[in-house]
Amino acid sequence: MEIYLERENKTLEVVFKGKVKDLLKKLKFNSEEVLVVRNEELLTEGDILKNSDKIKIMSVVSGG
Amino acid sequence: MANSKYKSKINKIKTNKMKCKYCNEKPIYNNLCKKHFINYFENKVKNTIKKYNLLKKNEKVCVAASGGKDSSSLLYLLNKLGYNVEALAIDEGIKGYRDKTLEDLKKICQKYNIKIRIESFEKNFSLNLDNLVVNEKRPCSACGILRRRLLNLYSKNYDVIATGHNLDDESQAILMNLFKGNIDLLKRLGPITGEEKNRTINQKIGFTKRIKPFYFCSEKEILIYSFLNKLDVNYNECPHVFNSFRAKVRDYLNELESKKKGTKLNIVKWFLNLKFKKNKGHINYCKLCGEPSSNEICNVCNYLSKLEKINL
Repeated sequence: MEIYLERENKTLEVVFKGKVKDLLKKLKFNSEEVLVVRNEELLTEGDILKNSDKIKIMSVVSGG
Repeated sequence: MANSKYKSKINKIKTNKMKCKYCNEKPIYNNLCKKHFINYFENKVKNTIKKYNLLKKNEKVCVAASGGKDSSSLLYLLNKLGYNVEALAIDEGIKGYRDKTLEDLKKICQKYNIKIRIESFEKNFSLNLDNLVVNEKRPCSACGILRRRLLNLYSKNYDVIATGHNLDDESQAILMNLFKGNIDLLKRLGPITGEEKNRTINQKIGFTKRIKPFYFCSEKEILIYSFLNKLDVNYNECPHVFNSFRAKVRDYLNELESKKKGTKLNIVKWFLNLKFKKNKGHINYCKLCGEPSSNEICNVCNYLSKLEKINL
């Protein structure tokens, strides 16, 4: 799976399939602090990801 | 009957086809689809404006705008709701950061035909933050003092200044002041501040009334709202931001919120129920610049004299 981290401006390759919630746990993200987007669509914590997905993780926290 | 309800719930979970609580669309946040999330968010802001009497339709409002998601969403929404809104932005002189966010802001203002004014530290104080940080131990504090001055100075032709402060900002500020034991700062918080009775925009003195229409909206909800409305907001981080006390409180609160939903809202509600002694309402003015100040010389003049930009 290809994961683009917007805040860090970097891309990760991770082997994963399962719920968004579990991916965030695996990557040690607090779900309060990020949004997950696939094909310009917002995902919920219960949505299922495939290993072939390309997703973006956006930071909720402001940078100012 | 109960058994069939149970079966349908199990099926939903199995197929992961959860539905919006108001329609058949896929939910994107708290069991709400895109359309119903936007309704929920906008109604929350409208109710806050109404409940706290933040803004009237005939009032002229400027949004303290940075090009970030909070102020851009506020600008977009107040404009959508039909308020007489303009943008006021402060350019502190932070290369690679503020220039980028101001470009985003200009695009939004152009798209929605909103008037924008940009005032800089360079023009008003003959300095920029990139140079200032070299010798400054607390750049965020100095930047805040100067930025607030310009916002107040250039909002005097408006009835109200609206900021993008949200539930996260407010719950953090309440806890920070509580931990520091700073009651004076604590009691200044709330959805409406700087209100001076009988002040009109023609008087051009004192503080412009400040309002926070996103007072009950979380930072996450605002990001979702800006994303759904395709506001051209990119993530940018100020290069001078340092590991502040606020960042620690923010992380702590987010951790608590993920374990116990509603924590931030409960902190803000608790605060709003507190009763403080009212200030006498008397405002002093700095004897050098004439701007409102609690001391004889205001923080801005004191700071500029320290930098040898003015003589006391």
